[in-house]
Amino acid sequence: MILLNTMMPGQVVLEYSYLLSAIMFVIGLKLQSHPETARKGNLWAATGMILPMITTLLLNRDEAGEAIGLMNVFAILLIIAAGAVVGSIMARKVKMTAMPQMVSFFNATGGAASAAVALIEYNKNPDQALLVGLLGLVVGSIAFSGSMIAYGKLDGKVGDIFSKVMTYVNLFFMAVIVALILVVLLAGLDAQTRTYLVYGLLVISLVYGVSFVMPIGGADMPVVISLLNSLTGIAAAMAGFIYQNEAMILGGILVGAAGTILTLQMCKAMNRSLINVIVGAFGGGGVSNAQAQGSIKEITLSDAAVLLSYSQKVVIIPGYGLAVAQAQHIAHELDNLLGSKGVDVRYAIHPVAGRMPGHMNVLLAEADVPYEQLVEMDNINPDMPNVDVAIVVGANDVVNPAAYDDPGSPIYGMPIINAHLAKNIIIMKRGMGKGYAGIENFLFFNDKTRMLFGDAKSTMQKLVSEIKTI
Amino acid sequence: MESLLSFLTANKDAIFIIVLSVFLGFEVISNVPSVLHTPLMSGANAISGVIIIGGIILVGHASTTLEWVLGSLALFMATLNVAGGFVVTDRMLEMFKKKKKA
Repeated sequence: MILLNTMMPGQVVLEYSYLLSAIMFVIGLKLQSHPETARKGNLWAATGMILPMITTLLLNRDEAGEAIGLMNVFAILLIIAAGAVVGSIMARKVKMTAMPQMVSFFNATGGAASAAVALIEYNKNPDQALLVGLLGLVVGSIAFSGSMIAYGKLDGKVGDIFSKVMTYVNLFFMAVIVALILVVLLAGLDAQTRTYLVYGLLVISLVYGVSFVMPIGGADMPVVISLLNSLTGIAAAMAGFIYQNEAMILGGILVGAAGTILTLQMCKAMNRSLINVIVGAFGGGGVSNAQAQGSIKEITLSDAAVLLSYSQKVVIIPGYGLAVAQAQHIAHELDNLLGSKGVDVRYAIHPVAGRMPGHMNVLLAEADVPYEQLVEMDNINPDMPNVDVAIVVGANDVVNPAAYDDPGSPIYGMPIINAHLAKNIIIMKRGMGKGYAGIENFLFFNDKTRMLFGDAKSTMQKLVSEIKTI
Repeated sequence: MESLLSFLTANKDAIFIIVLSVFLGFEVISNVPSVLHTPLMSGANAISGVIIIGGIILVGHASTTLEWVLGSLALFMATLNVAGGFVVTDRMLEMFKKKKKA
């Protein structure tokens, strides 16, 4: 007790620095909900991170009241410097199209750190195997291996495994993990056996992370990334629980909540339940009986140029195909050019356009499109009947009217951008391939629709030069 | 049952913080426009690197080889998460500055 008294002032400062840090996280996230203040918010959060790092380094004491030794301080600074340099270089070099991979990768490192911390804490006090410690280990490991697989998939290094068997494999792993946790906590085993089981838990969690993400792919990626993001937050919070550290608990839970909200929003935007995404059964159910009516009609570049130049309202509907073709810059050139002719040009953004939530907005922002011009689906849809031309670039399922008309379609009920209500529709597309969901798009056969086949980037370039000649 | 009761009693404060943080998190984040979803996610991702404090504590009091190795690894990973996350978020948000329409 005497020992405790002598170190009180430092401990109080340390504890309250954690509170201050938690407050900064909250303020930071709050500010990040508006484009004007978002950058400031990020700075608040970063400051909220650096502050407790410094106070912990200076003031932390272990149970025996020992401060962090000089050697250790040196080691810590060295490791942090190395991590900071590597991390910032990676963050500076990454292309905006590769942002989902980058976020997945950083997510993986966070998960791994949580798992490692939980593992050491278990080793320090094997007698006090706590539920939170085990959860930190399990969730952190799943977040790590799952995020690495997601990273590999987004980077095109890992393929998908679609198989009904995976569903049962995953359920089996989940059951084993829960059973192991219960045994370790409640069975009263000797320390040796328990330690083996804890390492077994680590291995199974890592494997489960892989098998959980493997079958999920394509358009479901935004859901998975959000979900993994939320898991990393929870893992950090669990580790924070071990240390009774408020900044870690609050920070972790905030991230968990953010990830959960985004996950649910993405699911809603695809009209699917979270279970449905995880189990990975796309379509499957009803049989589509509708047949495409009408025929495909093409439009020449010069006709398209005239049509656009004499329109009043044009809406560009970008999909991931636009990002793949790196056509966001030329799209902005097109909207500038039309804007100079007095045409009102806006972009309609579907919530799941791109490979992570909000990805399309980032890509267009990179091309200097002002964010005021980016309109969310729910806000643009009521105005679609007044739109003279809707240009669909590299998007497919998110404009498929089958979502309204065809109860047998796998995407029936999914909210879409109402391109079919516009007065004219121009679709830029490589060829007649089907979208991710592999279903026919009736919009292509609509009487008001004209197709412009070819690579999105070069087609738009030609379109821009064509419009300039008018 | 008894162990559950003692767990709930001993960790009352932490449990309170967790439950209230969940509400706070949903409250703070639920109104983010979809324009900002990607930066929000990478910003939140950087915050989950708060595990870095655990890494500092671990390396700070590391004595065994395992503690040194795993602790250093955890600290390095967490730093990647924090530094990379905040830098990449800043890069994205920089693009969302208000621009004059040409």
